[in-house]
Amino acid sequence: MRPETEAPATTAPLLEVRNVKTHFALRGTFAGRVLGRDAGSVKAVDGVSFALQPGEVLGLVGESGSGKTTLARTILGLAEATEGSIRFGGEEVVGMSERDLRRHRRRAQMVFQDPHASLNPAMDLLTAIGHPLKIHGIAHDEGALRRAVGDALEHVGLTPVERYLHAFPSDLSGGQKQRAVIARAIITDPDLLIADEPVSMLDMSVRAKILELMIRLKEELNLTYLYVTHDLATARYFCDRIAIMYLGRIVEIGPTASIFADPKHPYTRSLLRAVPDPDPDRRVPRDLPRGEVPDAVEPPLGCSFHPRCPRAFEPCGWEARDLRDLIERRWAGLGEEAFERERRRIGALDRLDAPSTDATISAGRGSGGGDVRDLLDAIRDRDPDEPLWRGVERVETGSGGVDVTFRPHVDPALLDVGDRRVACHLYDPSLAPPSGEPAA
Amino acid sequence: MSMPALEPASPGTTPARQRGLRRVVSAFRDAHGVSKAVVWVGAAITAAFILLAIFAPVIAPYDFDTYRTADGVRFEKQEAPSAQHPFGTNVMQTDVLSRVIFGSRTAIEVVALALVVSLAIGLPLGLLSGYHGGPLDRGLVLVMDALIAFPSLLFAIVIAFLLSDTFGRGVVTAALAISIVYIPQYFRVVRNHVISVREEPFVEAARAIGAPPRTVIRRYVFQNVVQNVPVIATLNAADAILTLAALGFLGYGIQPTQAAEWGYDIKRAISDAGAGIWWTGLYPGLAIVLLVTGLTLLGEGLNDVLNPVIRRRKTEPVRFPPRPGNEGTP
Amino acid sequence: MTSAAEPALSVRDLRVWYGTPGAPVRAVDGVSFDIAAGETLGLVGESGCGKSTLGRSIMGLLPEGAAADGDIRYGGRNVVGLTERDLRAIRGADVGMIFQEPMTRLDPLMTIEDHFAETLKTHEPGLSKAERRRRSLDALGGMGIPPTRFGQYPHEFSGGMRQRIMIALALVLRPRVVIADEPTTALDVLVEAQILTILTDLRRNYDTALLLITHNLGIVAEACDRVAVMYAGEIVEDGPAEQVFRAPAHPYTRELLASIISLRTQALRAIPGAPPDLRDPPSGCRFHPRCPDAMRVCPAMSPAPVWVETGSTVRCWLHGPAELIPPGGTEPLERRRPEVADEA
Repeated sequence: MRPETEAPATTAPLLEVRNVKTHFALRGTFAGRVLGRDAGSVKAVDGVSFALQPGEVLGLVGESGSGKTTLARTILGLAEATEGSIRFGGEEVVGMSERDLRRHRRRAQMVFQDPHASLNPAMDLLTAIGHPLKIHGIAHDEGALRRAVGDALEHVGLTPVERYLHAFPSDLSGGQKQRAVIARAIITDPDLLIADEPVSMLDMSVRAKILELMIRLKEELNLTYLYVTHDLATARYFCDRIAIMYLGRIVEIGPTASIFADPKHPYTRSLLRAVPDPDPDRRVPRDLPRGEVPDAVEPPLGCSFHPRCPRAFEPCGWEARDLRDLIERRWAGLGEEAFERERRRIGALDRLDAPSTDATISAGRGSGGGDVRDLLDAIRDRDPDEPLWRGVERVETGSGGVDVTFRPHVDPALLDVGDRRVACHLYDPSLAPPSGEPAA
Repeated sequence: MSMPALEPASPGTTPARQRGLRRVVSAFRDAHGVSKAVVWVGAAITAAFILLAIFAPVIAPYDFDTYRTADGVRFEKQEAPSAQHPFGTNVMQTDVLSRVIFGSRTAIEVVALALVVSLAIGLPLGLLSGYHGGPLDRGLVLVMDALIAFPSLLFAIVIAFLLSDTFGRGVVTAALAISIVYIPQYFRVVRNHVISVREEPFVEAARAIGAPPRTVIRRYVFQNVVQNVPVIATLNAADAILTLAALGFLGYGIQPTQAAEWGYDIKRAISDAGAGIWWTGLYPGLAIVLLVTGLTLLGEGLNDVLNPVIRRRKTEPVRFPPRPGNEGTP
Repeated sequence: MTSAAEPALSVRDLRVWYGTPGAPVRAVDGVSFDIAAGETLGLVGESGCGKSTLGRSIMGLLPEGAAADGDIRYGGRNVVGLTERDLRAIRGADVGMIFQEPMTRLDPLMTIEDHFAETLKTHEPGLSKAERRRRSLDALGGMGIPPTRFGQYPHEFSGGMRQRIMIALALVLRPRVVIADEPTTALDVLVEAQILTILTDLRRNYDTALLLITHNLGIVAEACDRVAVMYAGEIVEDGPAEQVFRAPAHPYTRELLASIISLRTQALRAIPGAPPDLRDPPSGCRFHPRCPDAMRVCPAMSPAPVWVETGSTVRCWLHGPAELIPPGGTEPLERRRPEVADEA
């Protein structure tokens, strides 16, 4: 196994995640369960590998549904890995007993997104922050507990301590609650702190203070951070390295500075361009990827990003569902009559709903394969640059419809590109990117 | 202002301690308008009956089964109210007033015991079932739903009948029979609430700090679920009074030799009514109506003031001061 | 089209207070602004500053116990104090609203077609079924929703699609004013950009006046013509977006801009202290306890709106008017330093 990107590789990694998958089985219908039909599973994390060196800050960056939070929960054992290995401080976490996991969580703690909901409303801060010590049997008498909680409160800036020891969460502001949550996380003296969107629910004017606090604590307490976020701006400021996630996989991982200076993966590029910036000279970019993050139950074939990717080409995983999207996109722009006319030419579109490289578009009543073919040609003529057509291998027109066969797909693997790794076919010389240049 | 200044003006400056059951107390304070009246009337009636129950031997002129004076003179049968017997006497030659007072003792004893038993079983089962889910939950829900589907009075009769061999036909049997009827209700309420609390981030946070399931349930889930219990317990208590009376009326309740019981007394008073003897049935009946009304008012009132969805606190109407510049400014 | 002289929406001296057991919460306290047809005004501020209350009061959607006072004019009348019945007729027809979480505003048991039919039937009862369908499909097509999905239920759509449907629903009656309250906060950045593009196109295609309420200053910079910055129930600065971002006139605007963490951030900055309790706001300028530039006059007198050369209206004594400041009023204000944790 080769090391993931450069990091100070002199010491053993604190955390090593290898090919981890976390799938959640869907419950399905009652009839389906009786008949033993599989309702499928949500592939929240689908094969992720990275290593985290002691003292490092790694950002897991992705949109909702990218699996970043599930990955964080899997590392703590709060969600069960379906496959793969997570080594923390030399110990394997996957398959650990619930008892050992609880011990593990003393050394790996978590800060949550919503400070308003992550403290028990019925506990005062002394009880809440001191609870980890009681659970792990670290503080035995009330005096020691009080001292330790006082220390933790001072560390996070909730001073004077006496004012906060007996305060309840409802007495605190959002920023103060998040400080209390951080105090609870550091009180067991952990090695790893997983921060899941710790500032995203706070007001702008407070975010800086919490980030500053986390940076200070890292120095004071020798912490290693896994910073989970959708916010590229804070990730850029806070992280040494960044892993960009999309639909359960890492698409690009490398040093923060180089990723922001020269993003390689088309998804990373789009994200960076989309971040709103308080710059009066900027307007909302109009050429960003269309659509949304697809369903993780049946992700797109090949590269998950290909249906939205502006640079997708032949091997990216073109399939029947993309063809349906293309037809529907055309209809969204047509007037009502034109739509009704074209709609009648085609039979049910449901046959295009499977993740398959063979797509059959049947003709509607009173029309034949030729009509369908004409429609496809019209769509193609209107936008010949649409990347989908590059994935088409063969189009056969029959009497009852048209069969479209797409090229076989290739799953993108993480490739070394300079000082980082990117999962994109554009950087695979063997797939010969069509335009010759892999992005500059 | 009609509100006493008990609440701190700003929750930010002084910690407002309103957690867990303490909220019940503050709820009384914050209640206003109709719900305030409802809560207080209900509480007053209920408290009066509890006092009657506790001090029954002191308050009642005779014991519940006394049928003669200390000198050995037998009471008249079905004697009209008089100075000696303010509520008259009944067909059993006992003093109606004394039986009504001792009847409140029986009612409170049975209901309290039934509450304790059904809470002691329903609450933990609901917590476990809701928190762990899975096959245990599915099984328990099925059993509890089956129990609820059964007509509750019929069910209580069967249980009372089964238990009477072991425990006799006294307070304990009646209480157990009633508690089994209410266990599923506590189970359902607690379980459903646990399921929503379980998804709160602070429960996940508790797991993340390494708390074992026992601790999570006890310290994080239970504390936030228990607030609903007073409301449903009070409402169930009202219902339990009726069930107890129905058991007595049908002859499956407490034996007349064991304790005074309103339902039984009413049953014995049926034939009196036709003969114009109104006092034997009226007073036990009134007692039932009063206590049930009191408990229901208390429960509904508590629900109004405790339930955050329908809870409305007294608000002062907004009065805009004149705009600065128009008239005198402060 | 209407001339620029008559604003599509005009708010004058609006106060919206919430009743509490004690002193009322002054959520909106003396706010005035205009939006012209085809103009987008960004209303920014931190949570609890009253910006959502302001948006709701324009729609006449105030919770029980709240009272409004002042003028909100659109469609030729003042809507403050109108009955619920009159408001229902205006809502949707004269002013449309787009909310943060579209799923809570769509009925899960109604198809998209039903939603449109219901809205059109209520406000334009004269339309035939075919006309209703055409209008709905036009509105949806403009948002990129294919007509094949017209008969589907809200849960069959993704978050971004639902927000597009909400926008189409708000636009199908062609209101002259649209209020969008944090319309992209629940969405991913790429989808957010799509929705913002749609919203910015509104003013071009329909000449709609748009009030965009958000906490995200980046969105305002990219999508709005003008900005109104709200603090503690008051608008402290109102001006052309470009000018406000380039040269903020009010210290709060300046500090807020400095505290944003953007892709260009080199050092972290925060505003000390926390926003005030709106039951008992600070005297004079409400920002003075946190203001680095506070002067002696600031806690004593409330600053009046002043025009500055950048084209903004500002409420801050730094910009005068000098003749109203008492002698010695420009001396720096001495205050205790707020505790580190005294924050929002």
